[in-house]
Amino acid sequence: MASTTAVAGFIANFHRLAFSKNNIMEHLQDFFVAFLSPMVLAFILGVIATSVKSDLKFPEELYTALTIYLLVAIGLKGGYKLSITSVADFWKPSVAAILIGVAIPIWSFWILRKGGKFDVVNAAAIAAHYGSVSAVTFAEAQAFHDNLKADLLTTTPSLTDAQLASLGATYEGFMPSLLTIMEVPGILVALLIARTSKEANILESTRGSTSEVLRELLAGKSTMLLVGCLVIGVLAGKRGWEQVSPFFDTPFRGILTLFLLEAGLVTGRRLGDLKKVGAFLIVFGIVMPVLHATLGIALGKFAGLSLGGATILGVLAASASYIAAPAAVRVALPESSPTYYLTASLAITFPFNIIIGLPLYHYIAMFIFGGSL
Amino acid sequence: MKTTTLKLVTIIAEDDIEARLVRDLKELGVKGYTIVNVRGEGLHGARDNAWEGENIRLETLVSSELADKLFEFLHSTYFPRYLMVVYMENVEVIRAEKFL
Repeated sequence: MASTTAVAGFIANFHRLAFSKNNIMEHLQDFFVAFLSPMVLAFILGVIATSVKSDLKFPEELYTALTIYLLVAIGLKGGYKLSITSVADFWKPSVAAILIGVAIPIWSFWILRKGGKFDVVNAAAIAAHYGSVSAVTFAEAQAFHDNLKADLLTTTPSLTDAQLASLGATYEGFMPSLLTIMEVPGILVALLIARTSKEANILESTRGSTSEVLRELLAGKSTMLLVGCLVIGVLAGKRGWEQVSPFFDTPFRGILTLFLLEAGLVTGRRLGDLKKVGAFLIVFGIVMPVLHATLGIALGKFAGLSLGGATILGVLAASASYIAAPAAVRVALPESSPTYYLTASLAITFPFNIIIGLPLYHYIAMFIFGGSL
Repeated sequence: MKTTTLKLVTIIAEDDIEARLVRDLKELGVKGYTIVNVRGEGLHGARDNAWEGENIRLETLVSSELADKLFEFLHSTYFPRYLMVVYMENVEVIRAEKFL
């Protein structure tokens, strides 16, 4: 935790330096409160519980129920926000999101093959995870920005919307649409790479055809819920959203906290595998998200997103899937080892992103958007 | 009561391939089956939570000939790629015509 405090302190100093004249960011302790959110702390509790061999275990079906709730809530809210967004604002970020989703698995695969000496199947499996996105990391990123906004407003109630946007505390409401857009392409590209690779001759015996995998992906639970609820949100509009928001908006953070506790429990069990996966994958799981986030932020800026929106696109690029991708990979590349792809996405990249990544990407975004401050 | 000796074939597999497995078994002539979700640990580590994937145990009552056919099919098609444990045993059933 020392390093996280250091990073947060670094940002605090940056804010002081950048805004000392405006006296906007006087009390950055609030920033720490936002950053040490119940969600992140619940995750850490989960890891601790596993490490002390606690009997804490979620009931079998709760994990599935929490996932469904989160995906539906993200989809509905994103759909409603999309319904009040003009196409002109939306199309460029969408193209950027697709580009990122397609490109990440390509170079991830190459790096894993050449640098990490992974075989084709495992390299493709890991690439699929990094090409896709994590809805929970995304939700954490939104929470981070909402808390940042709340803290800024507590400190300086007179801040205007434009000032909040320039501080990166607000983001475009249609971000969940980008999450939805980015979920599938990365996995598809990675699976396609594995299928076309000559070295993976074991795949010749594959009975699952490409169309079958495509169906698995598109009809899979997470795509179904995200895309489906996004459409529902668009169609139902504001009135529809107001009817369900007491259930899907207000309790969202609480449910997210429960989910992260569960995520911590599973991550804790995976920590033991860190020794097995080797130093390369650990470095990969930390360095690649930072590079991907920087790329996402830069492309986001180019596509006309606000500072906060670009940061969240960066978080999406940085995140690694652990709901959609493992399910797809288990079906399409069963020879690949969960020890590699799950440990990388769940035990390395996910905690890095929510604990260190979010404030770090926020800082990187401030840097990239420097001109507009 | 008159009983008939049939084979009880048990397949323990990853839950992700349930749909495909059931489809293939039906194509081979399996009339019915029972599936339960199970947890366990083996050569490939523990599979005991929904997040990382769980196992299913599929049980089906079939004739001795079909049981052999199933074994050969699973051996050639599923064993090279998927984690799977398969075994059969003799069981006495009544109303054997239900299963044949």
